Amino acid sequence: MLKPIRVLVAKPGLDGHDRGAKVIARALRDAGMEVIYTGLRQTPEMIVNAALQEDVQVIGLSILSGAHNAIVPRVMELLREKDMTDVLVVLGGIVPDQDAAELKAQGVAAVFQPGASLDGIVEFIRSSVAQKVEADL
Amino acid sequence: MNKIGLSERRFTTISGVEVEPFYEAAPPGELPAPGEFPYTRGIHRDMYRGKLWTMRQFSGFATPEETNRRYHYLLEQGQTGLSVAFDLPTLMGYDADDPMAEGEVGKCGAGVSSLEDMEILLRGIPLDKISISMTINSPAAVLWAMYLAVAEQQGVPWPKVSGTLQNDILKEYIAQKEFIYPPRPSMRLVTDTIEFGAKHTPRFNPISISGYHIREAGSTAAQELAFTLRDGVEYVEWALARGLAIDEFAPRLSFFFNAHNDFFEEIAKYRAARKIWALLMRDRFGAKAERSMKLRFHAQTAGCSLTWQQPQNNIVRTTLQAMAAVLGGAQSLHTNSLDEAYALPGEHAVTIALRTQQVIAYESGVTAEPDPLGGSYFLEHLTCAIEEAAWDYIRRIDQMGGMITAIENGFPQSEIANASYRYQREVETGDRIIVGVNAFQSLDEEPIEILQIDQAAHERQVNKLAALRRRRDGAEVARSLDRLRRAAQGTENTMPYILDTVRAYATLGEICNALRDVFGSYQESSAI
Repeated sequence: MLKPIRVLVAKPGLDGHDRGAKVIARALRDAGMEVIYTGLRQTPEMIVNAALQEDVQVIGLSILSGAHNAIVPRVMELLREKDMTDVLVVLGGIVPDQDAAELKAQGVAAVFQPGASLDGIVEFIRSSVAQKVEADL
Repeated sequence: MNKIGLSERRFTTISGVEVEPFYEAAPPGELPAPGEFPYTRGIHRDMYRGKLWTMRQFSGFATPEETNRRYHYLLEQGQTGLSVAFDLPTLMGYDADDPMAEGEVGKCGAGVSSLEDMEILLRGIPLDKISISMTINSPAAVLWAMYLAVAEQQGVPWPKVSGTLQNDILKEYIAQKEFIYPPRPSMRLVTDTIEFGAKHTPRFNPISISGYHIREAGSTAAQELAFTLRDGVEYVEWALARGLAIDEFAPRLSFFFNAHNDFFEEIAKYRAARKIWALLMRDRFGAKAERSMKLRFHAQTAGCSLTWQQPQNNIVRTTLQAMAAVLGGAQSLHTNSLDEAYALPGEHAVTIALRTQQVIAYESGVTAEPDPLGGSYFLEHLTCAIEEAAWDYIRRIDQMGGMITAIENGFPQSEIANASYRYQREVETGDRIIVGVNAFQSLDEEPIEILQIDQAAHERQVNKLAALRRRRDGAEVARSLDRLRRAAQGTENTMPYILDTVRAYATLGEICNALRDVFGSYQESSAI
């Protein structure tokens, strides 16, 4: 049997609105993934360190405050520095289209905007991780 | 179809309360007239005939300068009160130049790091005439002190200022999570402001006990109501323990509720809120003054109901929600703008939102009568159902030993998380339809214009703060902060000391850090 996918759900920045992060964390867990939730107000450094220690395949960032352009590039940079570019990074929250395109160009695998379906997010993570595993074989 | 011709499908409110196929009669019990105890039908006999609700749009972005311009614009457009939105660094007690503020300055509201910023924010606004609401919680005492210092500068005596400080820290631990200190020292600060207000600002509400954020976090209507009122009980108990008499401060406790999509359930919620609070005040706390028993509330339409898809539909949602708040007897109202699933509202969108209130107030005719839907079998049954569910929660939290213990045990947090997950699953399966999102989608959507906050706002705030730090009397700042630390270690009311730090132009971050030195910081558990 395949090992369950390990996901770090993280809430960076000062914002405390964690409804989305918690709903996603539960949905991923219900879909059979192992989910670690960081809690609130994590810096990019804390998030990348947690991802390393927990040996996750996926980092899910939830940002609703408009601070994504300051936070997400820093997470991507730290992942490159630590040679962790095989970790899949997905972002959910209030992210305008043009910012989403820019962040994807920097290596974010997907940006889920308001109204995104839970099953769609689960499916995206499953298939992306499966592709990465296959590519590594 | 069954034999009486009704579908067998279960119908529930958006909160999951089962609704009968039809109600044959009103529930048993009396229904006193509007203006009579327990005020289910409203706190005034003449309601909006006597005075319309205050149209108060929550507003703030970028710098105090830009926000001040928006306030003048809104007042010119016929808005009747102001409501300040602060940015996240301010809400968390950080200055604009703190590394923690990186990327967040001016994004979710106006950045205010010192008395200088507050002076700019309120420039040209006569504080004896315009009431001001401030959405600030953990550092509420500090921002309030800045406001009171501006009133002094304007020559307006404190007894004349009116407005509302949100200052509801319990719902931060429960739902919105913008907390700095642990619950007990935070409650001491709230009690300090309630006590100070009872003595010095008789027209100012020192707290707005808020269900809004609880609902936005995904609670049901009954949870919103129950947790809010039980938070209210907690504040009352702390103020009584301080030695205040109930009728000395209770009339200035105000409330803030969400106006969500389920039209009748929301109206029922406001009616039940008034009834439960009146009973609590009279029977549990022995209040004698009528004003202590009358629950006054601000309502805001539900931000979480706004959709990114087909954003123009949000105007319609907001209209229905605002109508529910008015039919439920709100004293003040904020209507959300159509673009708020994307960003802070632009001027055009906020104008439509304000016009929505004006159309309801001046064209719909609903202001002619208090509690116009009172007596509807459906509404009366819903009011009873939500009241019963709320009392049940209140009793459970009493049994746990009060709201602080309940929060420390994660009780309200997990009840809300369960409800929000259940709701999202219903949306996922299509049991709950959201127009434009999981049904009736459009393939081509015109992008809407959204407000951009440029990075220059951050730089301007940082530069202004650097200049202030050079200009002020550093020794006096340090002395005032030391005196505040000592007061915080003891049991004195901290407000006079906070006022002194503010007048010396100590920054928000410096003041909050002085209190952090004494109180420590709070971390919540990260259980899912």
